[in-house]
Amino acid sequence: MNFLRTLLVRREAGIAVMIVLFCLAVGAVKPQFLSLDQLRIILLLTPLIMIAAMGQMMVIVARHVDLSIGSTLGFSAMVSGMLYRFDVDWFGFDVPWWTGIPVSVVVGALLGFGNGVLIQLFRLPAIIVTLGTLSLYRGLTFIISNAKQIDRQWIPSEIKGLSQTSPFTFPEFLPIVGKFNIPWIVILAFGIAILAYLFLMHTRMGRQIYAIGSNPVAAPLRGINVTQVNLAVFTISGALAGLAGIMYASRWGFVNPSNTGNGFEFQVIAAVVIGGVSINGGVGTVLGTVLGVLLLGCVAAALPLLGIPGTSQAAIYGAVILLALLIDRTVRRQGIVSLKRVRP
Amino acid sequence: MLKKSLLIGLAAGFAMVTGALAADPIKIVYIGKNTGNPYFDSITGGFEDACEKLGCEFEFVAPATAEATSQIPFIEAQIQRGVNVIGIAPNSPDALNQVLDAAKAKGILVLTVNGDLVGNESHRDATILPVDFTKTGPNQIELTGSLIGYEGEIAILSATTEAPDQNTWIAAMNETLKNDPKYAKMTLVATVYGDDQPEKSTTEMEALLANYPNLKAVIAPTTVGIAAAAQVVQSRGIADKVAVTGLGLPSEMRDFIKDGTVKAFQLWSPYNEGWLAVHFALGLLDGSIKNEVGNTFEVENLGTIKIEEKNAMNTQAELTTFDINNIDDFNF
Repeated sequence: MNFLRTLLVRREAGIAVMIVLFCLAVGAVKPQFLSLDQLRIILLLTPLIMIAAMGQMMVIVARHVDLSIGSTLGFSAMVSGMLYRFDVDWFGFDVPWWTGIPVSVVVGALLGFGNGVLIQLFRLPAIIVTLGTLSLYRGLTFIISNAKQIDRQWIPSEIKGLSQTSPFTFPEFLPIVGKFNIPWIVILAFGIAILAYLFLMHTRMGRQIYAIGSNPVAAPLRGINVTQVNLAVFTISGALAGLAGIMYASRWGFVNPSNTGNGFEFQVIAAVVIGGVSINGGVGTVLGTVLGVLLLGCVAAALPLLGIPGTSQAAIYGAVILLALLIDRTVRRQGIVSLKRVRP
Repeated sequence: MLKKSLLIGLAAGFAMVTGALAADPIKIVYIGKNTGNPYFDSITGGFEDACEKLGCEFEFVAPATAEATSQIPFIEAQIQRGVNVIGIAPNSPDALNQVLDAAKAKGILVLTVNGDLVGNESHRDATILPVDFTKTGPNQIELTGSLIGYEGEIAILSATTEAPDQNTWIAAMNETLKNDPKYAKMTLVATVYGDDQPEKSTTEMEALLANYPNLKAVIAPTTVGIAAAAQVVQSRGIADKVAVTGLGLPSEMRDFIKDGTVKAFQLWSPYNEGWLAVHFALGLLDGSIKNEVGNTFEVENLGTIKIEEKNAMNTQAELTTFDINNIDDFNF
């Protein structure tokens, strides 16, 4: 019981309960929502957001925000896409299929580092700088690609396969779980979440991110190199957006200069904030962020299944985000237990 | 009408005078809906090739997003630049009226290409459309029927709810299903909208499969939608149960055709729209073509083109169907 109680007073409990209630409510109307098949659909909706949300979460915990990730995703994906498209023209040979993964991560990291440098060098607020680079990086994507899409045929089948194949599949003869599999891309996203957890909880720099976010004035007095940590945070955010970029190519099989990553920052920031990460910095957990991403995935999968017309889906999606934030705020101080306490 | 002819004559005369004085080539610009849209690469290719052959200067410009007003500054810039011909795929049927009138007042020939100013036709000189769009709906239903033996549940996966061309086609599909006894055993169970985003199109497609287990075919008359629907069917390995068809680009659909995920889909040749636009514009400017309803003229590779009601021209009569036999013949 003690364990259960500790679990319930955690702030993540609120959002976990919301996910369960939401899924049960949808399942009551559409029983097929509570199937393994739907679970796979939901899991496949979330990996890009989850990967980028880990970086965004660190940025927000450090009391900044990174609005540029959608364009960073687009630019990194485009660089890799062009590498696949023009490798023979440029180098005279076909690059190995996995080349895009390190390339996108490094390109993303460089763009993120660029954000960090601008913010530190000019002492400008992150929201202003990344609003600028949101446009700048998108514009550069148009320029390098000559505004041309990289089509499906150029993305290596191994890259596309990461979204479809799985390292393991339950045998077909098993009831319920038979044929169920979790694609590589989902496993990768959860792997990144575990790495983010280890980094934030068990490394000196991870703890310093929280310290800076809690009190940016006191942090340097405690011997923290704020410049270094901020640069690291934006570089990580960029690198993860870059990884999400090559995963976009995997999931959707193309890279488009204007669509790829467009509006992505809003989904990611919404997931992070729903996950209980405070925009005032210093507060937030990997578990909460993962749950925030999953809640958004559940909502996105449920709306069309419920047959809600396209015209109302955006409004309902937005309302669910606000509702989740309101409930989170209510349970924030003492966890879910406070909801049960009867006031005299 | 007289005023229009006079203006065009004036424009032609002006072009000839300047041509004689400075030997300047005719400047043609095409303003697309948005940049990065592979569909417009193909139209642009037609413009480029025709200009290379006939000798004119061509430029493609487009705003970053396909919004109603985002094309206005581009049109203004081209008026300033002094182009002779503006071709445009309008993002709105009425938001561009004023600026297009300003262009026409300067003697610039204004053509809408691949989409028209429905209800505001007087603000452009002529329109070039790939096919008679009233044929799109019936053609798509016939193709779908042929894929499923004219029997079973079908659904439509569209782009956005307010897209005028999509709604015209969907209305025509409904009409065809209702009125033609050939399709009496086909039932349209749902029309959903993927907003031309891969994520949203995919979730809508998955929801269709979950909600309608007996679904036989999905028609996606939009390039993003058909690719997303095909990907869902491919990853689930249900191509033999659910037929995906619609309007798509051969360059985006080639892999799906080759692995059997999609048996057939349709489109027209966007390339020919650019090709026709240049031939028509240069013909008007040198006086060999008169922009009057009912007139006809010859265009290399396209045959005889007739100027229909409201000064509209089509590059082809019916939609082209792409399948495993001809997919490699098309490079757009």
